[in-house]
Amino acid sequence: MEEFLKQYLDPNFAITFSYLIKIFCIVIPVMISVAYLTYFERRVIGFMQSRIGPNRVGFFGLLQPIADALKLLFKEIILPEKSNNFLFFLAPLLSIAPALAAWAVIPFDFEMVLADINAGLLYVLAMTSIAVYGVIIAGWASNSKYAFLGSLRSAAQIVSYEIAMGFSLVGVLMCANSLNLGEIVMAQQGGISQWYCWPLFPLFIIYFISAVAETNRAPFDVAEGESEIVAGFHVEYSGMAFALFFLAEYANMILVSILAVIMFLGGWMSPFSFMSDGIFWLLAKVVFVLFFFLWFRATFPRYRYDQIMRLGWKVFIPLTLIWIVFIGAMMQTDYAEYFH
Amino acid sequence: MKNFIFNTVKSLTLHELLRGMSLTLRYFFSKKITIQYPEQKTPQSPRFRGLHALRRYPNGEERCIACKLCEAVCPAMAITIESEQREDNTRRTTRYDIDLTKCIFCGFCEESCPVDSIVETRQFEYHGEERGDLLYTKEMLLEVGKKYEKQIAKDRKQESKFR
Repeated sequence: MEEFLKQYLDPNFAITFSYLIKIFCIVIPVMISVAYLTYFERRVIGFMQSRIGPNRVGFFGLLQPIADALKLLFKEIILPEKSNNFLFFLAPLLSIAPALAAWAVIPFDFEMVLADINAGLLYVLAMTSIAVYGVIIAGWASNSKYAFLGSLRSAAQIVSYEIAMGFSLVGVLMCANSLNLGEIVMAQQGGISQWYCWPLFPLFIIYFISAVAETNRAPFDVAEGESEIVAGFHVEYSGMAFALFFLAEYANMILVSILAVIMFLGGWMSPFSFMSDGIFWLLAKVVFVLFFFLWFRATFPRYRYDQIMRLGWKVFIPLTLIWIVFIGAMMQTDYAEYFH
Repeated sequence: MKNFIFNTVKSLTLHELLRGMSLTLRYFFSKKITIQYPEQKTPQSPRFRGLHALRRYPNGEERCIACKLCEAVCPAMAITIESEQREDNTRRTTRYDIDLTKCIFCGFCEESCPVDSIVETRQFEYHGEERGDLLYTKEMLLEVGKKYEKQIAKDRKQESKFR
């Protein structure tokens, strides 16, 4: 695309411009999929509760997310009188910006990546960790006890699960010998049996559960906890400011699902050798993983706070450490090929 | 010790979580019970207590004899009646108002009525757009009665053996 643009534009400008186009090609589909994830969620949870979910607005209710977005756009943004104005408006931006920025290193197909950097995995982990500042600042700036409690809970939870999540990804790094997401996918070439979810099965499960906790989704949604602290960190937010938190939460959900697919489920690789690889495999797998998020939400009651801490520190961290040591040991034996 | 091992294995294999998830998955494919209201409606009983109506005899005479039993029995005090003697020396109402915003749809007025004049119909889809629209006067109630007389008579007849 750069070469094409260079024919018509100033070379320096052409590079910038082509990057801008690429960014839009990622951000806009992400936004649309966030909108339709909410629709998908309401439908799936409805079905699991013997209801049919939204089906009024447009064909099969497909325009419902657009109606919701319009409603939020027209709503008044209420500013609590004694809140810290600057931080109050900074918080939603702080949570949406990393949620979108992390998409830069995601490989959608062979060579189809915005920034092919070698430390891609570290970059993603850094970005998903920054997102917690949005929650913390939102809770603090709101000057409301419920919001504050929500942000404290969320901070403690994310710190605990970040470690387990990081450790489970260490297993992937040991297998793939690379931090570059594209190379991790390429290492899983050769059908379903080569995917890392088999040798790293416990890590895969732990990664997935930690991912649910990281994104503050049910059953780990104590940061919102409607029944205890009203809506947690975003009680005081309304209109578009609230919508940004909402967007960030769902964008993060899609992001951790896509990471799970890249790390453990072979990214864009086809599960069967007779079928061709491609981006549609990635999308199909992501939808499959996202379904689990919604399935969890429809099934499990919310964890108690101390149970969350126990699970994170006393179960997941020891388990991941044991499995990393086990992989390391196995790599020195004759069975090493099963772990590459 | 044996119990400890059993419980540990059970929790590490996520046994209970998977059972819960299998239940929700079964419900995912089960029949949905939603009634899509304007198109589909739930069945109504002939005893349904909806919008009020005042009835007339088949010859066109008003049933109401202004005995004011309904006004007396109404727990929400939603009924206001004024009466006078007509030229043929019968007592009739000059005013019969029901404030539907006060009414609790208990059906006492209908039960107390000796001549089956005030009744509650099956209508529940009505609305008022301005303040006072839901204060139904005698004329409005008679109009409702005229409109749904067929259904009202049928329901009364069906229920007659239980009254």
